[in-house]
Amino acid sequence: MEFLVEGILAITWKQVFMYIIGAILIYLAIKKNLEPSLLLPMGFGAILVNIPFSGVLNQTMPGIGEVTGIIDWLFEVGIEKSEAMPILLFVGIGAMIDFGPLLANPKLLLFGAAAQFGIFATITVATLLGFNLTDAASIGIIGAADGPTSILVSQILGSNYIGPIAVAAYSYMALVPIIQPIAIKLVTTKKERAIRMKYNPKSVTKRTKILFPIIVTIIAGLVAPASIALVGFLMFGNLVRECGVLNSLSDTAQNALVNLITLLLGLTISASMQAETFVSLQTFLIMALGLLAFIFDTMAGVIFAKILNLFSKEKVNPMVGAAGISAFPMSARVVQKMGLEADSQNHLLMHAVGANVSGQIASVVAGGVIISLIPKLL
Amino acid sequence: MMINFFASLELMWKGMAAIFVVIIAIYIIVNIMQNLGSPYCDEEN
Repeated sequence: MEFLVEGILAITWKQVFMYIIGAILIYLAIKKNLEPSLLLPMGFGAILVNIPFSGVLNQTMPGIGEVTGIIDWLFEVGIEKSEAMPILLFVGIGAMIDFGPLLANPKLLLFGAAAQFGIFATITVATLLGFNLTDAASIGIIGAADGPTSILVSQILGSNYIGPIAVAAYSYMALVPIIQPIAIKLVTTKKERAIRMKYNPKSVTKRTKILFPIIVTIIAGLVAPASIALVGFLMFGNLVRECGVLNSLSDTAQNALVNLITLLLGLTISASMQAETFVSLQTFLIMALGLLAFIFDTMAGVIFAKILNLFSKEKVNPMVGAAGISAFPMSARVVQKMGLEADSQNHLLMHAVGANVSGQIASVVAGGVIISLIPKLL
Repeated sequence: MMINFFASLELMWKGMAAIFVVIIAIYIIVNIMQNLGSPYCDEEN
């Protein structure tokens, strides 16, 4: 009857630690409602893969030989071989995004670009902490504030830390309402936060909305060809949304496709949360660097807006720059809330939403640019 | 470590330059499209 206690005797302290991590992720998902669609499957997956001799992982069984585990298989097929899961998720995300507020005020595009600085600043800090360039780049991309991009880039660059990177990316995205106000207050005065902005949007033609995803794909593809998988699928989803003749497909992409992939992505990522590799000093460093990336992003967007204010008559509320990250719509809501705190009549939501969707474009471009540039720098 | 550090600085300026090139190109084209768009045909706010 030894086999009944084999599993219990094989548990290591690292696996117990992972059960606690899994429980915390599930708690945050259910009790705090933080990115529940990702954190709950990841939390449960962290427990699944850390059960000794877990049947969800590949293993060698005496007398039988190699047995394929479902989570290892999902990881191999859905992420490792083709990055299919994160890329297909972009079709749904693209179908969800309304670029209208951005097209009505294209100047907001610049904030999305500026806020990506945090990615590169974090990469530099990571190299100083001893990470090699590919791992540093994979860690820095947490600052894209975009889970699928983080998973995709770290996978393509062959990082050993895809698990911690995914956990950090999704956790901090959920914590944007806590992280961003602190970072914004560090680099703005109350007077700056109270700056009002007029909202006089240009009307956006349907033709513009249809041409926009095609043009973005071509431009991004020509400058950074490696970004085409990310940008192309994001923009394909948006084209399906805006074309007006594929409403049923658009609806499927926004709901069924996103839900299905999200459901599997969280569990699949847990393949990289096995205790032996996950519980390490590097994981804690990655969590710290991920937080730093979000802070750098926010500050870079704010400072860029301040620099623009030096040269323009019509002042921009610097907080709008902070919305240039990909965490949509949390970041825009943070800016709106802080604007109202500084001045009860200061409505910044539409400006912030424009900067926020710009951040979604810029973050996938940043991911593609990093994938393109890293091999040339090694 | 220093080799990686200097490579990361190179990545920083090249990466930011590439992102701004893409974004500014999109900005210019969107502006042109918006200015060419007639306010009387096929409008949608």
